[in-house]
Amino acid sequence: MKKQSLMLSSAVAFAVIAGATAASADTLRLLTWGGYAPEDVVAKFEDMTGHTVEVTKSNNEEMIAKLRATGGGGFDLAQPSQDRIAGPQAEFGIYKPMDMSKIDTSLFIPSMLEATKGNTMVGDAVYGVPHVWGTSGLVVDTAMAGMVKDYTDLCSPDVAGKVSYRLKRPTLIGFAFSMGLDPFAAYGDEAAYTDIMGQVEAKLIECKPGVKTYWGGGDELMGLLRSGEVVASMAWDTGGWKLNADKPDITFVAPAAGALGWVDTFVLPAKGKADDAAYAWINFVMQPEVAAMITAAAGNFTASQGADEFASADLKARYQASFPAEAIDNIKWYPPVPAGLEAIEGGVLDRVKAAK
Amino acid sequence: MTPDLHCTDLTKRFDDTTAVDNVSFSVPPGSFFSILGPSGCGKTTIMRMIAGFLEPTSGDIQIKGKSVLNVPPNKRPVNMVFQHLALFPMMNIEANIGYGLRRAGLPKEEITRKVGEALERIGLPGIGHRKVDELSGGQKQRVAIARCMVLEPDVLLLDEPLGALDLKLRERMKVELKSLQAAFDTTFVYITHDQSEALVMSDNIAVMNEGRFEQMGSARDLYYRPDTAFVAGFVGDSNRWNGRVTKQNGDHVEVQTSSGLTLRGATHQRALSIGDQADAFVRPEAIRIAHNATELASFDNRISGHVTSLLFNGAASRVLVQGAEGGEEVEVNLPQSGEFASLTKGAEVHIGWSSDQANCFAGGV
Amino acid sequence: MRRDAKFGLALLLTPLLLWLSLLIFIPHIDLFLVSLRERVGVGKYDISLANYLTFINEPLYMWTFLRTAVMSVVATVITLLIAFPVSYYIAKMVKGRTQSALFLLCLVPFWVSELVRTFGWMILLRETGIISNLLQSVGLASGPVEMLYNDAAIMVGLVYTSMLFMVVPLVTTLESLADEVVEAGYDLGGNGLSVLREIIIPHAMPGIVSGCIVVFMLCLGNYLTPTMLGGKESLWFTELIYSQFIVRFNWELGAAFGFLLLILSSVIVWGMLRLTGQSLEKTMG
Repeated sequence: MKKQSLMLSSAVAFAVIAGATAASADTLRLLTWGGYAPEDVVAKFEDMTGHTVEVTKSNNEEMIAKLRATGGGGFDLAQPSQDRIAGPQAEFGIYKPMDMSKIDTSLFIPSMLEATKGNTMVGDAVYGVPHVWGTSGLVVDTAMAGMVKDYTDLCSPDVAGKVSYRLKRPTLIGFAFSMGLDPFAAYGDEAAYTDIMGQVEAKLIECKPGVKTYWGGGDELMGLLRSGEVVASMAWDTGGWKLNADKPDITFVAPAAGALGWVDTFVLPAKGKADDAAYAWINFVMQPEVAAMITAAAGNFTASQGADEFASADLKARYQASFPAEAIDNIKWYPPVPAGLEAIEGGVLDRVKAAK
Repeated sequence: MTPDLHCTDLTKRFDDTTAVDNVSFSVPPGSFFSILGPSGCGKTTIMRMIAGFLEPTSGDIQIKGKSVLNVPPNKRPVNMVFQHLALFPMMNIEANIGYGLRRAGLPKEEITRKVGEALERIGLPGIGHRKVDELSGGQKQRVAIARCMVLEPDVLLLDEPLGALDLKLRERMKVELKSLQAAFDTTFVYITHDQSEALVMSDNIAVMNEGRFEQMGSARDLYYRPDTAFVAGFVGDSNRWNGRVTKQNGDHVEVQTSSGLTLRGATHQRALSIGDQADAFVRPEAIRIAHNATELASFDNRISGHVTSLLFNGAASRVLVQGAEGGEEVEVNLPQSGEFASLTKGAEVHIGWSSDQANCFAGGV
Repeated sequence: MRRDAKFGLALLLTPLLLWLSLLIFIPHIDLFLVSLRERVGVGKYDISLANYLTFINEPLYMWTFLRTAVMSVVATVITLLIAFPVSYYIAKMVKGRTQSALFLLCLVPFWVSELVRTFGWMILLRETGIISNLLQSVGLASGPVEMLYNDAAIMVGLVYTSMLFMVVPLVTTLESLADEVVEAGYDLGGNGLSVLREIIIPHAMPGIVSGCIVVFMLCLGNYLTPTMLGGKESLWFTELIYSQFIVRFNWELGAAFGFLLLILSSVIVWGMLRLTGQSLEKTMG
């Protein structure tokens, strides 16, 4: 009797363990940005497919650092920007190629899909497909700092002490364009790039006294702009649009030198364990209705074909106000960052930080 | 001659309790004065007021004729040996003794010389470089005194400094303290709850209870002529009976105890009349013990009974005797003649004492 | 029997050894090895001291290093100067309930996370913050005053964050100082200053030193407070390490920096112990 019950209980235990392992294969560990996996979307996906989704919110640098630390393990799907795929892949080998046959390409805007495939190619393999795209430029309180039209206008004495930007690479690139230089063209030429960065460094050091602070996180910037302590800043378009909803004077302005365009992608980490769930997630969120839900949460548009129809009228209106036709043509899309450029930029950023 | 220390109507109240209640006393130069009392009687409060750590509520403290009420502790010509000695553990012995001299701003050579002399005086030359925790209890004691004495204070206060020592050492230090006092020829004010310390060392003793001085006098006075029941009970050992006065004849009274015993005692001019509650105290050494009653015929108090306990303690051996007619056990000293050395428990004995030896006081209920 | 005892000892020591080796030794050895690598091409590394040379040759890094150390020392000294009277008051001047209440009061800020605490300071110090508004309403300032984003703000944050770690060892050592000893100091002719210098401070020395070591290490290794309160002027060495690891993907340089920080803090702590004549056993025991 006793023996039997022991056998029975071990059988039950085995079944539970087996069940648990089977279920864990269907857990999608998603490394993404805030707003890219809203709860309603996750719930819908879980209902439909039976997979469970664990969301970890992060940013470009941390995503790559995390994947590098584990050699590409710990997550099944990640969402770095398209310019951060080829370089880190060549250097650290943290991703695995996409099987395009498992992706419903008809859901994507064809031009964006092709561009991203091209940008994320290492050898013959494609590593990324586009998801959310947007720009960074200027967020300006037009009542207080209407004269700020370009990145370098942030250095104007009229707004001294009331401007902010991040001390990160987009600032370096934006300032370079605004100074009439073309950093993207110099990506392949280390000497030329160093030279451009040298000029940007001088400019940023010259500007430093007028900067209130270098913002670190989105919430911090929102607080600074909302309180009026900062009237002009470099920021993402969505940040400006969000503030515009509360304070009509504040909005996103596409800089004269061009907004910087980014595309966040889907990539498969090298040691991901739930590729099927990952492909299912991609095909799920690219459906126009779901993509519209993500747009509503994140504030940015997606590469989903036809999702515009579902987007809110408010958002569309703000988008059109910030981007007249010529501004859209003027967007500077980030090309892939060659490995090693970070070292040059890092030195510049450190020196700007230390400058008095 | 101006007394070294003179306190007038000293009072200290904390919130609603009176720790020291209108105490006045005077200590002549070069004498050894003790304040003896149970813990909580206010003796430490007096000492701390003299040292300057507490402000009296009213009254005056004069040292060598000058009031020190507005003088901070570090400027008063008194020093204190603390209960736990309070040697500075972060300094060696030399630095400990030299501390006060350094504070007084003496030149280095002089400090070294004086510290050397002080160590010589307390019989511990050459320990200057040792650490505090390397010394024995008795050595620490002497260093603590030397630390004060190098400053040549007018009055040295000692706050139960022997309390922490073991019995043997305490006995020896009593003698030693007395001789150190003579050697330094300084006024010592010593507080203690241990009557034997006070009795052995002091020229004068004040017995303190509940914030007041009960009696002040020499050890002999306190022992043989206590003024109050408290002093009689607190100083030395006593047998104590409580009862009612049934007869009075001048200085002599008869007291009926609650256990039915009738005692004859003396009032020594204290007011007691028939019907009063009274306490009678008889010292164990005032009681004679005998094998037969006839030997005790001269005493007006006599009890026959048997031995219930033998308390052997060498020369100070005692027995407890239970009277045949009931009543409390009586503690009796054995004579040193050895006559009763073979006394055993349960043995029949007779005890007696004269009524002069039975001190009677108006008693509490 | 003896074998059993040995086995028992091994069993007792196992968690400690595991903890030491897995969380301390192995990561540090790994970090050290990483710091010796130099990137020579895509995915190719050589062993060299290049990362350490970068540190020596780039005045910026050296400057940040020095600045972090000096600011940490200053923060430690300020913390000590504020915490000492506070601790003395808690340990010696009050008793019973008041004592525990005051002690608890020192602990209260630590019930919220460091992030929230630092945000609290930002709310107080920012241009549109409480202090600025208060100054304007009282009439002491004519316009908004910005008190954030400078070294003083960093200092305030560091001292605030460190206070408890100074108060605890100080209260413990000061409590063990008998009142008698302090009174003896006065009785024998000392005044407030000399009693403090000759008796209280020497007695509290182990507490002072252990408090200073802890506070110094906490300041040196702090990341949040300097970056958030310092803003554009923060420039803290841990920030450099973070950015090398996370932003630049330059683990090699980051590891070298990490090692240098370890060496720096060890040297300063050793110097502090030597200077005060204390030993690690005495202060930590």
